Amino acid sequence: MRMELIQPFINAADAVFAESLQAPTKIVDLEMDQEAYRRKGVAALIAIKGDIEGRVILDLSPEVAVKVASQLAGVEVEASEQVVRETVCEMANMVIGNSVTLLNDQGFHFKVFPPEIHMDETGLAGSADTEALVICIETPCGEIYLNIAMHYLHRRRQERNAVPALD
Amino acid sequence: MKQFAALLRKDNQPVRYLVVDDSVFARKNLIKMIEMFGGEVAGEAGDGLTAIAEFNRISPDIVLMDITMPQMEGIEAVERIVRQHPSARIVMVSSVGYQENILAALQKGAKHFVQKPVKPEVLYEILRYVLSDDPNAVGVPVAMAGEHRS
Repeated sequence: MRMELIQPFINAADAVFAESLQAPTKIVDLEMDQEAYRRKGVAALIAIKGDIEGRVILDLSPEVAVKVASQLAGVEVEASEQVVRETVCEMANMVIGNSVTLLNDQGFHFKVFPPEIHMDETGLAGSADTEALVICIETPCGEIYLNIAMHYLHRRRQERNAVPALD
Repeated sequence: MKQFAALLRKDNQPVRYLVVDDSVFARKNLIKMIEMFGGEVAGEAGDGLTAIAEFNRISPDIVLMDITMPQMEGIEAVERIVRQHPSARIVMVSSVGYQENILAALQKGAKHFVQKPVKPEVLYEILRYVLSDDPNAVGVPVAMAGEHRS
């Protein structure tokens, strides 16, 4: 697990949730996972391809999503599938956008794909050869989960590890 | 909730905004802030193509434009709008805030950039700055938000 690739996502999530919900947040659980990811609620999966590759899943229950939507709108929002989708997508976009900004400033270039929303009962694909870090973040609206699996592109890793031949 | 002095036009009317974002949710959030600043939402769009049509239809004082959108992205929409209306005031609003994106938007004619999640006080200062570039078109803040309609 390359923590230098994971840390920007954790920092961005913390900043985005704290700013959006106008309250401090706390990481309450953190674990490594190599199995197919089992959603807790509605999940947005965002794929990343380029110098670094992988995927990030933002996952929250519909009840938490409606509370987040209400907090952001400043008024009570009526629960609906559209509200839940919109909320999960927008939160995922903000977290990924801010993370990408941090990583781009470090010199990494990559393409971020639009979020795929998962609401059905099937599990999400595992992260192949990369261990995923699953983080549970406690917010005033409830728990939000972030599943992050990132690795350097194989070619770049070989380039970086290449040691010049010594005479 | 924090109070802001209303940003008004020179003719003492509310500043008219076009809000462009593919997320209804993000648009609502921006609209809430515009109302806090005493502004008026003249139009909304969910993609760059609709934004161009709406700009031509309503001639807003300010456009708040997302970058990543379906059909036509925000930076291309900025280029097309500014080509037709060189005095257009467009502020980019995006969660992706790296140098290349910001530079590309500014080179195409955007006036400023604000990163999501948008802090009302940051957006307010940016709008004040952008509105102040043409003193003949828009006035300085003169009243608390909400008072101007009375």
